[in-house]
This record gives sequence, C-alpha cells and structure tokens, in this order.
Amino acid sequence: MSAFLTLDGISKVFRPNLTLGEKIAAKLGSDVEQRPLRAVDNVSLTVTEGETLGLVGESGCGKSTLGRLAAGILPPDAGKVRLGDKPIMDGESKVTTRVQTVFQDPFASLDPRMKVGQAVGEGPLAHGLTTRSGVKAYVEEWFARVGLDPEQANRYPHQFSGGQRQRIAIARALAMQPDLLICDEPVASLDVSIQAQILNLFLELRRDLGLTCLFISHDLSVVRHVSDRIAVMYLGRIVEIGPAADVFEKPVHPYTEGLLKSVPRFVLDDKELVTFVPIEGEIPSALSPPSGCHFAPRCPIVENLCRVEAPELVSLPGGGRNCACHFAEYRAVKAC
Amino acid sequence: MRRNLVLGGTLTALFALLALLSFVWTPHDVTALDIGGKLAPSSAEHWLGTDHFGRDMASMLMVGARISIAVALAAVGFGMALGVPLGLLAAARRGGLVDEVVMRGNDLVFAFPSLVIAILITAVFGPSVWNAILAIGIFNTPVFARVTRGAALSLWTLDYILAARVAGKGMLRISAEHILPNIANLLVVQATIQFAVGIIIEAGLSYVGLGAQPPTPSWGRMLAESQTMISFAPTLALYPGLAIVTMVLGLNLLGDGLRDALDPRMQRVRA
Repeated sequence: MSAFLTLDGISKVFRPNLTLGEKIAAKLGSDVEQRPLRAVDNVSLTVTEGETLGLVGESGCGKSTLGRLAAGILPPDAGKVRLGDKPIMDGESKVTTRVQTVFQDPFASLDPRMKVGQAVGEGPLAHGLTTRSGVKAYVEEWFARVGLDPEQANRYPHQFSGGQRQRIAIARALAMQPDLLICDEPVASLDVSIQAQILNLFLELRRDLGLTCLFISHDLSVVRHVSDRIAVMYLGRIVEIGPAADVFEKPVHPYTEGLLKSVPRFVLDDKELVTFVPIEGEIPSALSPPSGCHFAPRCPIVENLCRVEAPELVSLPGGGRNCACHFAEYRAVKAC
Repeated sequence: MRRNLVLGGTLTALFALLALLSFVWTPHDVTALDIGGKLAPSSAEHWLGTDHFGRDMASMLMVGARISIAVALAAVGFGMALGVPLGLLAAARRGGLVDEVVMRGNDLVFAFPSLVIAILITAVFGPSVWNAILAIGIFNTPVFARVTRGAALSLWTLDYILAARVAGKGMLRISAEHILPNIANLLVVQATIQFAVGIIIEAGLSYVGLGAQPPTPSWGRMLAESQTMISFAPTLALYPGLAIVTMVLGLNLLGDGLRDALDPRMQRVRA
C-alpha cells in the first residue's frame, strides 16, 4: 500500500493578530507581546489509500487544525502536505478540491440562504464533474446515495433536521469526488441515535466508494468503530499511532492508556457500575506547554528525563506502531 | 413589535404615493402664480393655502416630495453601488493592503462633516440635483462599506464559507454567492436609514439654495423662503417642516421595523 496523504513534519503556529499600530511598533523594534500558540507541532503521518485513520485527542489538542492543514484550508508554517506525490497547496491560498471536508456542526456548515441542492451541485458543476443540463440528476443521485429524498433538493437548510443536514454536508463533500475525505467531528453535535445513523451511512459509503478518510473525533468509541488505524494526539503532537485494535487493546503511551480508562463503562452484570478513571490534572495551556514531554505533568509514570527531553515518535517492535514515550519499548513488551 | 414596521411603512408609502401622483396630477399647477390670492389660508380651493406668490402649497409639497425622494434614493443607490463592493473586497482581503486602503479611505471621508462637504461640492460644481446626489452619495459610501465589511467579516469565519473554499470557490464568488445574500437584510435596513439621512441633507442643501433650483419646488427651499414671513404666515414654514419630519420619522420607524423583522435572532426570541 502506498502512502496517499503524507504530512511531513508540519507545524502550525497561531500568533495573535496585531493591529496596525502594533505592527508599526514591532517594525520599529518595540517588544510587542506575541505569545505564539503551537497548535500543531512537527507532526508527520501518512494515510494510505483506502484506509481510515482515526485522529483522537482532547478538546484543544490541535486535531481540527491538523485536519484543516491536511485539507489545505490552512497553510502550514513548516513542513509539507502531499497528496500522492503532489503538494496539496500551491502557494498561500490555493485550496485543492481533491480533499473535501465534512464539518462538525451541520447548522453552521450550510449556507442558510442557499438551496441545499445548489450547495451540493455548484462545486461539481464548476469543476466539470457534471454539466449544466446534468447537474439536477447528479445532485439527486447523491441525495439518494446519502439517504435523502431527492425531491428535497429545492429546500433551504432550515427545513432539515441536524442528521439530515449532516447527510447533505456529506453529499456536498462526496459530490466533489474527492481523493480524500476529512471528517472533522462529523457526529459530535448530533444526538446519539442520529450518530449511529450517520456512522452507518459513512461506513456504507466508505465500502461502496472505497474512500480514503481522515476521521477526527474526541469520541473513542466512534473512532474505534470506523478506523483502521488510530493516531492519538496530545497538545499538538502525535503520541501514539497504530492499528485500531492494537491501540485499543494494548495501549503503550500512558496518555492513551489513561484516555481509554477514562471512558465511562456501564457493565451492570459484573456489578461494575460507572467505573472510570479520569486522567489527573488539566490539559496544559497550549500557549505555555510544559517543557520536555507535554504529558509529563499528568503522567503516572513520569521520570526526571520526561520533564527535560521530549520523546521522539519511535516505531515499536512488532511493526506498524509508533509511540512517543521514553518508556515505549519497555511498556510495549509489558503490554504483550 | 410590528407596530414600527406598519406605521413606518404606511408613512413612507404615503409620501411615495403622493410623489408618484404628482407626476400625473396635482391640485394646481405648481408654477402658476396668483399674486392676488397670495398667503391664502386653507380652503376647499387651496387645501393648505397659498404661498407669497399665490402658489398652491399642497401641490408644491407633492412635487417637493418627488425631488426629496428621488435625490435621497439615488444617493443611497450611489452609496450602495460603491460602498458594498468595497466592503466585500475589504472583508475578503481582511488584514491585507486592500482592506487597509479601503478602511483608511473610509476614515478620511468620515472625518469631514457631511453637510459641510456636500455644500462645498455643490458650491464648487454648481447647484443642481445631480450634484446634490453626488454629494450625498459620497457620504453614503463609507457607511455601506463599513456595515458590509463588518457583517462580512463575521461570516468569513463560518463553516459554510470554509466549505465553499474547499469546493474551490474564489474570493469573488464566495462574496457574491454566499456573503451578499446573508448580509442583504442588514443592507436593506441601512439603506432605509441612509434614505432618511439623505432626505435631511437634501433639505439642508436646498435650504441654503444648493439643491433643486427654482422654479422646481423643494421642501428645503420652501422652508428658507418662508422664514422671513414666519411672524404673519407660520403655516408656510410649518407644512414643509412637518413633511420633512414625518418622512424622516416614517423611514426611521421602517428601518427599525425591518431590522426586527429581518433579523432571525430577533425572530427566535419572539417565537
């Protein structure tokens, strides 16, 4: 299998917007306060053709930013994003149409003043995927494919429920016939029953269309359900990556382990009621991340080394897994 | 909640109808002088009396409404035609050079008191209806540019704009197809308010003799001409003054009403 989407050492740093006065002051040598926010810090990963890579992490760990970098919506400050062997971005603002995104909030991702049929059809029309005379049929085909009544293409977004809107958003993304689909928390804002419907639709479409997908979520059960491989992100860095089953069954990084333990379980037969172990402490501010390993302040097995030196993402014996922990190899052996 | 809309709409429509009617019918010819019957009080013949040349006041007010509305409307059109694209462009290139140039240009125009500059323009280029439109229109431009930019900026951060970018749309198409329809309601409200401001400035210009020229009647000049006679013929000043106040009040109420009716957030509160 060939690497399809390649993120090569990408970083994204957000700096506060300076006013004109502050810009001039900075140019004149004044020490204007600029605390950079390292949203994504030197991340490398690949998604191979036809696979779904799940990206998990707590809120604010940079997973959405990573998704936007991969989609070419944001330009990275360092590193390269490539699709196949071509760079995804051509200069600063050119956005590729080969990567499409399904956003988290279907109430914000559809233009309230544009008919949904037009929203789905205009991209493919502009890029020659359909013709002016064929666009109606094309849109209706995609509506049917995502489980919507093609008759409803003439309606406005406010006439649909959240689940239906997300179906429309999926149709809009897939109608562009993308090489890669990025799902940025596509079910997080939906009711649980609707989540299942949308996930099933997603799995169905993935099987039928052979989609390659980067699936971003903070919900471990959702990610486990849909992913072939899983990448765990913490404060802008990938801490563990590997096949979904391995990561879930035998987590190596203490953060992954903590994350899995913190999922509430309701196993009533064994009298194991609502047991979950939260990870100690708060996620540190990305404006002033801890030195060394970012997880060190909350890590149960922390040593002095961790507070000084950031661990590299190293591959583990057994293949296919990488982990950024100083004790990764020891823990990997222990876990097996 | 709907009271403003109904009252403002009725007043505005009333003046608009009177102005339209004046094209085909007025009670008397506005240019017909009747020195013998000057300063007549209200009567069945002359509903609002006559002025110091014996012209019919009601007819003059009707034709005056025509001029006021035409000038203010054209000035709003001018301001929107220039200001809205500039605002959209500034928002699309936010933080960039274009944005900075447009907004500092706005500040420049804003920095001058509008009526004084309108007087300057009409004084330099000669008093006429066209120059009045130009003068008022120039001051409408930064208002529309600013409202457009502000509203557009908040839209540019939304997911559906991001989705449009991912679909490969350029700045211009996103501005025209996604931003403009979503800020249209704000622009309509702003246009109504600028309309009212235009009426006031037009009246001010014709008051100092820089608007529509005689013999075309205009509300502002009627006020100016009547001020020497205010002690013995107060109605000559009262009627055009009332017309200006009522028209401006009506437009402001309409603007308020439209804002309440078109703003989806306000609707949700009501529901």
